[in-house]
Amino acid sequence: MDVKDGKTVKGVNFVNFRDAGDPVELGQEYSRQGADELVYLDITASYEGRKTFTELVRKVAAQVNIPFTVGGGIDELCDVERLLNAGADKVSVNSAALRNPQLIEAIAANFGSQVCVVAIDARFEDGTWRCYRSGGHVPTERELFSWAKEAQERGAGEILFTSMTHDGVKDGYANDALAVLHDTLSIPVIASGGAGSKEHFRDAFLLGKADAALAASVFHFGEIPIPELKNYLTKEGICVRI
Amino acid sequence: MQVAIVKYNAGNIYSVDCALRRAGVTPVLTDDKETLMAADKVIFPGVGEAASAMTYLRAHGLDRLIKELRQPVLGICIGMQLMCRHSEEGDVDCLGIFDVDVKRFRSDSPDRKVPHMGWNTVTDIDTCMFPPELEGQYVYFVHSYYAPVCDYTTATAEYIHPFSAALHRDNFYAAQFHIEKSGSVGEAIFHRFLAL
Repeated sequence: MDVKDGKTVKGVNFVNFRDAGDPVELGQEYSRQGADELVYLDITASYEGRKTFTELVRKVAAQVNIPFTVGGGIDELCDVERLLNAGADKVSVNSAALRNPQLIEAIAANFGSQVCVVAIDARFEDGTWRCYRSGGHVPTERELFSWAKEAQERGAGEILFTSMTHDGVKDGYANDALAVLHDTLSIPVIASGGAGSKEHFRDAFLLGKADAALAASVFHFGEIPIPELKNYLTKEGICVRI
Repeated sequence: MQVAIVKYNAGNIYSVDCALRRAGVTPVLTDDKETLMAADKVIFPGVGEAASAMTYLRAHGLDRLIKELRQPVLGICIGMQLMCRHSEEGDVDCLGIFDVDVKRFRSDSPDRKVPHMGWNTVTDIDTCMFPPELEGQYVYFVHSYYAPVCDYTTATAEYIHPFSAALHRDNFYAAQFHIEKSGSVGEAIFHRFLAL
């Protein structure tokens, strides 16, 4: 769930937002439907927006009975501490880790690798996966696979890889890149960007060898009910919590 | 009903507090001896490191107090590990309520990552502690250390090898998994404990 000014939004290729409701109510509904984990991403950058988001995290912790990760706007260790104290189970860092990779080590040393998710937004261009920061707006010199490896070595507990090439297109996850990540890393990889059908989830697990798959709009707009998806994955031989 | 949560230097207390509120009780977070002794139920939760937690508990006299409690006590995650005899984490002697030593997971393959993290099933559950429907259900784990299966085991999970997902002795109950994060299954476990 991308959250702006206390509301859930979902970007299509990272632009053009559509309103998809109240983040706390959505979280409770997803828990009832059988989601295994939730991710809340703060896409407001202002100081006021951050305070609102921290309050939202407290509300989510009070109402939602499954684990959740929060990210967006985490610049330093005190941001991590604030969000964990508000009840988040994990934090995801993206731009700040690209700017200051030591942040990953600091989070792992202070709170443990299990809370440290490194989110990577990357786009396939000129034959290589280029990492972007600042919500997909600013290209960096980093390349996906080497950056993911470095993040792991610095203490990341999980990699959340969003393919900007696939995000919002609903034509499947970046399974080739996911499979390379799986073979490169020894920490779990969460697939993100591109879910449009149940088969896409299956392929992320079987072809992309992903440890988990994240999706937003297909759930927000009820296009794929989670129980139906999980039953389908079970029939396809993929081990999921029912 | 008065439910007390043991206050010490461990994290993630807020989530447990929220889960208990959702279960219909308003817990107090306290390290006050009288309040803990007088509570109907005591919860001993936490995420942290065993040696520093034991140092804190001893410095505040909570180590002896917890062992002397007579009402139902529920340890969660590191709380459960601290209720065991010894922990390999920081090589520290713990409360000794459960006569078993906590060990570190040693991975046997690259696919078996430590910490053991995520949803996993529990089996061989003992209905003295759990609703019978728990058998085979998924609960949420995050841990690098475990208590081996022993006489006190009331639920077993398997990761690398079987280990104790829960323990019970007299008025002491404990779960390695995060009851507060285990969805509706976790809620049923809290209801069961609160009804003891």
